[in-house]
Amino acid sequence: MLKAILGQVKEFKRDSLLTPVFMILEVIMEMVIPLLMAAIIDNGVNKGDMGYIYKVGLVMLAAALLGLAAGMLGAKYAANASAGLARNLREAMFENIQGFSFANIDKFSTAGLVTRLTTDVTNIQNAYQMILRMCVRAPFSMIIAMVMAFTINGKLASIYLIAVIGLGACLLLIMSKATRYFQQIFPKYDDMNASVQENVSAIRVVKAYVREDYENERFTKASGNIFRMFSKAENILTWNAPLMQITVYGCILAISWMGAKMIVLDALTTGELMSLLAYCMNILMSLMMLSMIFVMVTMSMASAERISEVLGEASSLANPENPVMEVRDGSIAFEHVDFAYAGGSEELVLKDINLEIHAGETVGIIGGTGSAKSSLVSLVSRLYDVSAGAVSVGGIDVREYDMETLRNQVSVVLQKNMLFSGTILENLRWGDKEASYEECVRACRMACADEFIEQFPEKYNTYIEQGGSNVSGGQKQRLCIARALLKKPKILILDDSTSAVDTATDSRIRKAFATEIPDTTKLIIAQRISSVQDADRIIVMDNGRVADFGTHEELLARSGIYRDVYESQTGGGDFDEEKGGGE
Amino acid sequence: MPKPNKMPDTSKKSMDWKIFTRLMKYILARYKYHVFLVAAGIFVGVLANVQGTLFMQTLIDVYILPMIGAEHPDFGPLAGAILRVGVFYGIGAACAWMYSRVMVRVTQGTLRDLRDDLFTHMESLPIRYFDTHSHGDIMSVYTNDIDTLRQMISQSMPQIFASVITIASVLVSMLILNVPLTVLTLLMVGGMMFATKTFAGRSGRYFIAQQKEIGKVNGYIEEMMEGQKVVKVFCHEKESMEQFRKLNQELYVSANEANKSANMLGPINAQLGNVSYVLCAIAGGVLALGGVGGFTLGGLASFLTFNRSFNMPVSQVSQQLNSVVMAMAGAKRVFAMMDEQPEADEGYVTLVNARRENGGLKESEGRTGLWAWKHHHQAEGTTDYVELAGDVVLDGVDFGYQPEKIVLHDVKMYANAGQKIAFVGSTGAGKTTITNLINRFYDIQDGKIRYDGINVNKIKKADLRRSLGIVLQDTHLFTDTVMENIRYGKLDASDEEVLAAAKLANADGFIRRLPEGYQTMLTGDGANLSQGQRQLLAIARAAIADPPVLILDEATSSIDTRTERLVQDGMDKLMKGRTTFVIAHRLSTVRNSDCIMVLEQGRVIERGTHEELLRQQGKYYQLCMGKAPGLGSAG
Repeated sequence: MLKAILGQVKEFKRDSLLTPVFMILEVIMEMVIPLLMAAIIDNGVNKGDMGYIYKVGLVMLAAALLGLAAGMLGAKYAANASAGLARNLREAMFENIQGFSFANIDKFSTAGLVTRLTTDVTNIQNAYQMILRMCVRAPFSMIIAMVMAFTINGKLASIYLIAVIGLGACLLLIMSKATRYFQQIFPKYDDMNASVQENVSAIRVVKAYVREDYENERFTKASGNIFRMFSKAENILTWNAPLMQITVYGCILAISWMGAKMIVLDALTTGELMSLLAYCMNILMSLMMLSMIFVMVTMSMASAERISEVLGEASSLANPENPVMEVRDGSIAFEHVDFAYAGGSEELVLKDINLEIHAGETVGIIGGTGSAKSSLVSLVSRLYDVSAGAVSVGGIDVREYDMETLRNQVSVVLQKNMLFSGTILENLRWGDKEASYEECVRACRMACADEFIEQFPEKYNTYIEQGGSNVSGGQKQRLCIARALLKKPKILILDDSTSAVDTATDSRIRKAFATEIPDTTKLIIAQRISSVQDADRIIVMDNGRVADFGTHEELLARSGIYRDVYESQTGGGDFDEEKGGGE
Repeated sequence: MPKPNKMPDTSKKSMDWKIFTRLMKYILARYKYHVFLVAAGIFVGVLANVQGTLFMQTLIDVYILPMIGAEHPDFGPLAGAILRVGVFYGIGAACAWMYSRVMVRVTQGTLRDLRDDLFTHMESLPIRYFDTHSHGDIMSVYTNDIDTLRQMISQSMPQIFASVITIASVLVSMLILNVPLTVLTLLMVGGMMFATKTFAGRSGRYFIAQQKEIGKVNGYIEEMMEGQKVVKVFCHEKESMEQFRKLNQELYVSANEANKSANMLGPINAQLGNVSYVLCAIAGGVLALGGVGGFTLGGLASFLTFNRSFNMPVSQVSQQLNSVVMAMAGAKRVFAMMDEQPEADEGYVTLVNARRENGGLKESEGRTGLWAWKHHHQAEGTTDYVELAGDVVLDGVDFGYQPEKIVLHDVKMYANAGQKIAFVGSTGAGKTTITNLINRFYDIQDGKIRYDGINVNKIKKADLRRSLGIVLQDTHLFTDTVMENIRYGKLDASDEEVLAAAKLANADGFIRRLPEGYQTMLTGDGANLSQGQRQLLAIARAAIADPPVLILDEATSSIDTRTERLVQDGMDKLMKGRTTFVIAHRLSTVRNSDCIMVLEQGRVIERGTHEELLRQQGKYYQLCMGKAPGLGSAG
């Protein structure tokens, strides 16, 4: 796990290594300066030697400047290294996510991925900076102070050794106990925030059912829980300060007492005693610092784990070794295809599907809620891999194609569609980066999108807000179809993509398909019979199986389900001229 | 919909004292004694520490030097002094423990209270608030902003307080020892403060820039993750990566600058402290050797020790400043949300269960299937009961989400009790808006809405909404089991009732096929269900509430027409004799309505039954015929 994180330090290795170096230099200055201070008092002030004060004062100024330079450089490199690591982590995660298959995407929630890319990375950034600045500095400072103390007086210095071991053991105990609590808290804390999020987005439901009090009660309970758990964990940490103080003070008093005796016996000078006492703070503060780092690191462990989960997620779909780089034609074949979504129950969503679709054919797909229509078409562009059997396009198994080649030839308009913030042209050019203005207009004409785009004051340069919130549902669907057409695919799949488009426009779009792109195979999933009835053939899906496959007339004659659907819609189309948005 | 508002601008970098005092008041109102205890604890702790420092200064001169060379050194006084100081230290440590423990309570308690207040207040805000603020922004108040307060309350506040006390006590001691040197020390402190201001200001600016960049990166990630599947089918990975790289780089630059300045503050102040020490030593040496004002070398030695203990807290305070400034920005947003006006409700007519008695209506404890409006007349001191019939009248209603942009014009509508009323027309024609007005998610600008003859403004909002079951256009499910999600409609429903509601909504079949049936956990707004299945659950949730009046807003749009017919049969049975409002763009959904209202651009242009409207050969006729060429052959 840590390897995955630290692997992203990359070009900031130099800065990461330089930081502790400068920190050590700063520590050395920190050690030298008290010595110089003591010297000023002992040899300068007490003896009234102004020359000495000037001389040592100058040395001290130089030391201070050196310390300043070291400190500032350390600060600079630490900031750069940690901000750089954060940048690389975000980039690596984002890049890996781009390689995710649909199955990988299903596994992580959008909110989860956003948290990992932001909050979790910030946690790591802070922890890394702390580690760089303190992890070498603190032990180094402690060791130097310890060595100095021992050179002055081994017997007295051994008091420090005992204190360090004792205090260290206590701190370790406190920290490990607190960490255990913290690890329990964070998931709960996330849950609480998730429930706030849910409440915000479902506020209409809450208010419509007058559940404000119920939600308040639930929230108060959750926040009370968080309060108790946090208090418990932090109460353990409150032992830190007094423990530390008792140790420091105990050391000072013990050294004073024993030191006094030694001085009287002439085994120690007063200056030495003062120095010993000064080191006391250094040693124990460093220890405290280490324990703080320990807490911080353990707290960021959860973040590290979540990040490495994303980094370590390998795409469940891989390109074959010698990929086929060309799709011959738009014929599609399903042979004994079984399919189940990973992660869920192992229940098969599609069972023993056998289909033969010719190039250039228009095939309608119809079926009840949850009959696996979308699952069926998602296998054609290899958004998922089959569990058994094979799907082939142009006579070749989809798993043998280069994925990009396949997806460029099999254009899908997804049911849950998205436009991105940017102009209409920019959105259209997702289909083909090099598409000329004329090509875009032509695709929009086919998708009947041209008519409303021309009404916008800025026409094709109209800016689409995030999620396409400033165009209506029907407009969005038509833009998405135009975008898919720009790929000039051999197979075009529309997954309930005209549900918000009125029937007249819907039929015009289909007519345009028939005349403008006759050689493209078209798969059209729809709820409306009118959307599919003039297709060459229609697949009737029922509960994961192909219930029937034939022309409109054949199905009316022999398929009970089809007749049923048909009758439920008799005389029925839609009312909307277009599904306007913004209501 | 109204344009989104931004949360209050946090880019003001100077401390906002109003916010600060408000936060202090908030804490003190709840934890007065706790805060007092903490202050006392810190105070005693600092005094105990000062005692220790004083002892260190006298240790050598008073206790050790006299013993040197003595024949029989008397360790008695030293032992006594050590014992005395030990007691002081003990008290100091005990105080430290005590106040950090109390502080945990203050910090965590305040955070809990803030969260609870914030949430409770949020629940009371009108729908308009949620429609005009980005949900990401609201969320970050709970997470980022509250987190900045944790840091400040638990660490910065006690440390600043302790530092101030230390500074004050040391300052007094220094002044007693030597005034000119004190002035010199203070001058140097001025330098430290200047450095702090420069660097903290610089890092503050970048921290704020960093927050902005994070927001941008956050927004981009959200958009891309949401549309990741589209990215995949268009093989657009490289382009989206490129854009991300650009934003990420900008974030890196500001994060780097912010941290750099913040990190530098520590060493700069520490070294300035050292310089101050040297200068005092030199100046003090000159003074002492010149014998100015009776200043002695011993005095200088003491002064230099004070100089050290003076500079330390000053630099500590300066390091806490950033976190205080950031916390104030956070507190500002927290309070801004708390200051939002809650939904006003002057209604006094309440909804009660009723039973018939001697030809009149009587209030009843249990559910009777009969509801009544309890109308209390203040003036006469009498109480009427009006039967809830579901008679809804809109009269000359004008409405706009923004006052200057009217979206509904002079809407008249009469729904008689027990009728099924349908709204058709293009989206944007104002169908959903009308339902938003009936349940008073928004209030009308002009006209009247009467419910069983009562002005809806007189009905308590909670009771009004309780009388209206709504299935919304966007289905929202909660993270919980399927069972609990349906039960949301009626909290005290038994499992059997839940099952019955699910059957009625035709959801029972698919629920049973889920891995754990009714106990299956739904997460992420029911992400593991298809859109149609989520709608079925939403309908079951409304059905279990068994509401007197039902509003279905495109509630079956993603359900196939066969299933829809089954659902409709179930709902028609449930709502027999009760009023139902239906919004749909599917003909099959609305054709059997008692009255169909055709809306266009916020006006009702036609009304009547399916047959009447067809006969009129108006807009409805066009909608059915003109635009559905396939209709002839289909039906």
